Amino acid sequence: MSNHAPVTDWVHDFDHTDPRWTENPFPIWDELRVVSPVVHTDRFLGCYLPTTYEAVREIAHDTEHFSSRRVLVRDERPEVTRNAAPPITSDPPDHKPAKQLLLPPFTPDAMKKLEPRVRAICNELIDGFIADGKCDAAARYTKHVPVRTIAHMLGIPEKDGDLFIQWIHQILELGIKDESMLMQAVQEMSAYFAGHIEARKQRPTDDLISTLMRARDKIGQPLDDSHVMGSLRLILIAGIDTTWSAIGASLWHLAQHPADCVRLIAEPTLMPTAIEELLRAYSPVTMAREVVKETVVSGCPVKPGNMVLLSFPAANRDPAMFPDADKVVIDRRENRHAAFGLGIHRCVGSNLARMEMTVAIEEWLKRIPDFRLDPAGRVTWSEGTVRGPRQLPMLFGKA
Amino acid sequence: MSRKLRVHVDPEKCQGHARCKSLAGELFELDEFGNAHEAGDGSVPEGLEDKAWLAKANCPEFAIDVMEE
Repeated sequence: MSNHAPVTDWVHDFDHTDPRWTENPFPIWDELRVVSPVVHTDRFLGCYLPTTYEAVREIAHDTEHFSSRRVLVRDERPEVTRNAAPPITSDPPDHKPAKQLLLPPFTPDAMKKLEPRVRAICNELIDGFIADGKCDAAARYTKHVPVRTIAHMLGIPEKDGDLFIQWIHQILELGIKDESMLMQAVQEMSAYFAGHIEARKQRPTDDLISTLMRARDKIGQPLDDSHVMGSLRLILIAGIDTTWSAIGASLWHLAQHPADCVRLIAEPTLMPTAIEELLRAYSPVTMAREVVKETVVSGCPVKPGNMVLLSFPAANRDPAMFPDADKVVIDRRENRHAAFGLGIHRCVGSNLARMEMTVAIEEWLKRIPDFRLDPAGRVTWSEGTVRGPRQLPMLFGKA
Repeated sequence: MSRKLRVHVDPEKCQGHARCKSLAGELFELDEFGNAHEAGDGSVPEGLEDKAWLAKANCPEFAIDVMEE
């Protein structure tokens, strides 16, 4: 495990695990964007960072020069394993069939059926702390909404949530600098799912695990166990930290902008537009690509052997694409944000994430219309690939 | 008097963000994978012109065309 030297030159030596990036990355991206649409660091065995919406868009759409076989920017680059987490780790032509298997359970209509369950989860959680007059919203609320929803969809026990959170922390955060942490979590997660797959071979269920087990490819063959396992790992990893972060960052914003809360309560039809704006301004997910062929991005040469930190959050703060990019405008009319990615790897769970965010914020505002950050506590943010509040102390009631 | 509009989704560009369906549900439909296409022949009924432009302005893949006829 290596500790990284603090960054002193962001233009030539950026590091997305530096505490300054974790705490407040926005001024860093603004500084870099003025210098170049693409910057490079020698850290992580060589990595580029596109800083503009256009550069991010070019890379996301170019599957010829940029591979998805590695989707995390880390200190080490071990051998790629087959079926790591399809379809997020798949390139064409394998990508499309793997993705089409997962799309039907995540359409907006499918999410509508799930919505009452999510609303009930939110209210059960709020029941647990509302009488206290305060809570750590990250630990008591925003974390549990996606954990319990994903567990419900997969048909695995909601009470195993702490295990899921620990694995994800090991893979997405500690794993950047510590290979053994990542490997341990992947192995434990695989053993966990192997048990659930085995149980469904005896007794099929109507959950997402059984859906994947029943899936057939275009020549009528069932998926490899390794493919089923990889996609289950993906759904668990990608479905929890991300939405936890998006709901948390939204509540963090609303706690500091009571006028936005008042308006959302008075004009509930504004909610979908506001959700998209919160997704733009506080996009949690930064993806990665590996350069596999030499090319040029926004006029900047990029060379194979390097990774790319594909920062959708930085793209979404580009003033060339979004007027007043640094302001949250909850009725923003034109908003082609890239929070769920662009191109073929558009997040398979985007409709789920939107539904969870909408329901979690609606139910919170109904029950706790007045709230603010607790000045006695401290807000902390997750590191690296997914950014969101991990401690979010709140006080309820008017100040 | 505004001119008659027609919307079209380029199926090669659409990646299923579903923003058009959310903003202008009358004008777009989603298939079983969540990818969008225009409802019917894409003609925009009177009164829904603003929604057509809104859908176009929010498509992250620039997959929507709005044509004035």
